[in-house]
Amino acid sequence: MKKKGSFLYSQKAAPFVFVLPFVITFIIFWVYPLISAFVMSTQNIGAVSREFIGFKNYAKLLKDNVFHQAVANSFEYMVLTCALLIPFPMLYAVLLDGKLVKGKGIWKALMYVPALTSVVISGTLFRLMFTEYRTGQMNVLLALIGLPAFKWLKVKWTSEIALLVLCCWRWTGVNTLYFMSGLKSIDKGLYEAGSIDGANKWQMFRYITIPLLKPTTIYVLTISIYAGLSMFLESFMLWAGNDSPKNIGLTIVGYLYKRGIQKNDMGYACAVGVVLLVLAMIINFTQLIINGQFKKEEK
Amino acid sequence: MAEVTAMAPSREVEEKNVNKTVKNVATVVCTGFFLFLSLILVYPLFCGLIASFRPGRELIRRGLALNLDPSEISLNNYLYLFSNNADSKKYWMWFKNSMVLTLVTVFLTLIVCYFVSYGVTMYKTKLGSVIYILVIATMMVPFEILMMPLYQEMIDIKLVDTMGGVILPGLCAASTIFFFHQYMISLPKDLLDAGRIDGANEYYIAVRIMMPICKPAFSAMAILCAMGSWNNMLWPLMVFRSASKFTLTIGLNTLLTPYGNNYDVLIAGSMLAIVPIMAVFLVFQRYIIDGITTGAVKG
Repeated sequence: MKKKGSFLYSQKAAPFVFVLPFVITFIIFWVYPLISAFVMSTQNIGAVSREFIGFKNYAKLLKDNVFHQAVANSFEYMVLTCALLIPFPMLYAVLLDGKLVKGKGIWKALMYVPALTSVVISGTLFRLMFTEYRTGQMNVLLALIGLPAFKWLKVKWTSEIALLVLCCWRWTGVNTLYFMSGLKSIDKGLYEAGSIDGANKWQMFRYITIPLLKPTTIYVLTISIYAGLSMFLESFMLWAGNDSPKNIGLTIVGYLYKRGIQKNDMGYACAVGVVLLVLAMIINFTQLIINGQFKKEEK
Repeated sequence: MAEVTAMAPSREVEEKNVNKTVKNVATVVCTGFFLFLSLILVYPLFCGLIASFRPGRELIRRGLALNLDPSEISLNNYLYLFSNNADSKKYWMWFKNSMVLTLVTVFLTLIVCYFVSYGVTMYKTKLGSVIYILVIATMMVPFEILMMPLYQEMIDIKLVDTMGGVILPGLCAASTIFFFHQYMISLPKDLLDAGRIDGANEYYIAVRIMMPICKPAFSAMAILCAMGSWNNMLWPLMVFRSASKFTLTIGLNTLLTPYGNNYDVLIAGSMLAIVPIMAVFLVFQRYIIDGITTGAVKG
């Protein structure tokens, strides 16, 4: 225990030893692949050979209609999931935080249950519920209001609904929990002050809750943008594979997977990945700047 | 302003006299809403559970909907899974692989992440803050972008089709380091000095003094990490090649062939696959909810 002489045991060296595993994995499994993503995107990669082709992969992407569709699909999905998975969970969290709801613990737990299932299971269940047969759940619902059976997963807008329902099903509970923890940090005295000043419930929500929840909202928005843009497995499971009719379910990562793994064109797949990275960065930084994240001092 | 404050006492009296029944109605409505929401969220899993007691061909023929018709309900799917045949052997092999992978991942990730965040948090060095920024940086790049080059790297360093290939890239999970950091930052640093005065070296302090104090953080992260690993699909799908190494998520996915008649195994197996993680969730619910929300508190 008393090895005071040894440098490794000194207070100066210890922090280096502690963070060493991170530095190693960071370099091997993050920096290196990130750099090689850029390098590989400028190469034509065959089974044995690699040749430098400059920006030809990117030029090809510009003219690739399937890729454009994948970008459009992912973008649409991202916008819609953000629109659905921020306001509603926020509202649920405010309600669960108030005094009007009984049995909060049960609801919190039940709302989290969908997040426990893996995409394989939830995707399969939803695929079977959105089946084109008359007896599938969604068509049973349609029959209730007197509509004929519908081929949900073969038409663009209804398949978008299926994806969104699946996404909302899985993440509503999680996002509600995020907002609830954000609400906990709001000083309750502010509401008392508000009610003394004669503010009604809506005004208090609008002028106290929403502004003070902003850090949480920005956090949820940031992860939702990333998750939305890089969605893949949901669509992979919903169509039981990477092929959907007329590519209505193809996402950017789906396309990356298709080119890289299924068609063995790693260089092109890496170019897709780089475009995704740039898109995600641009969108998130714009969002963070608009929300004033870079104006004030961090921490 | 003066007017409002002058009115305040009368408002308070008014509020005290608020009709009790109005409040009760609101309580019933709000609680009812969460009952309804929770039912919707649990509904697909419930349908799946009922369906798992029916022949799998029903699923292919009819899709999934709540079907409480008692005819054809039997334990056959589960009996089949627990009897000794090729399908069930395969299934339990996946189950075992998932178990092993999850346990190893959780153990290694927690140990490594604990020490990394210990090094970052407990010593006031420049290195610590640099590492902290790098940890956050890894969060800003979606994994899907690194997927292709990382896969190529795995092939090059011969880690493809091994457990190491699945675990190592995620070993220093940014969210886990972040969580430990948040937890440790509130711990008194005097403990370290007390240990040093008693002659303990840095590593002894980290393992024997601070680790027991961080037990709650370990519990929370163990569960979240286990859930993530148990349900992880995309990366294992790429790394594992031989069928004997498949985990549950990939294995169940292989049953989803268009002409497959393995839906008996698929649906019963899916429901069984939720059981371990559901059990963990029910037992450690409180930790999980604390765990996933920590990241959001500070934004």
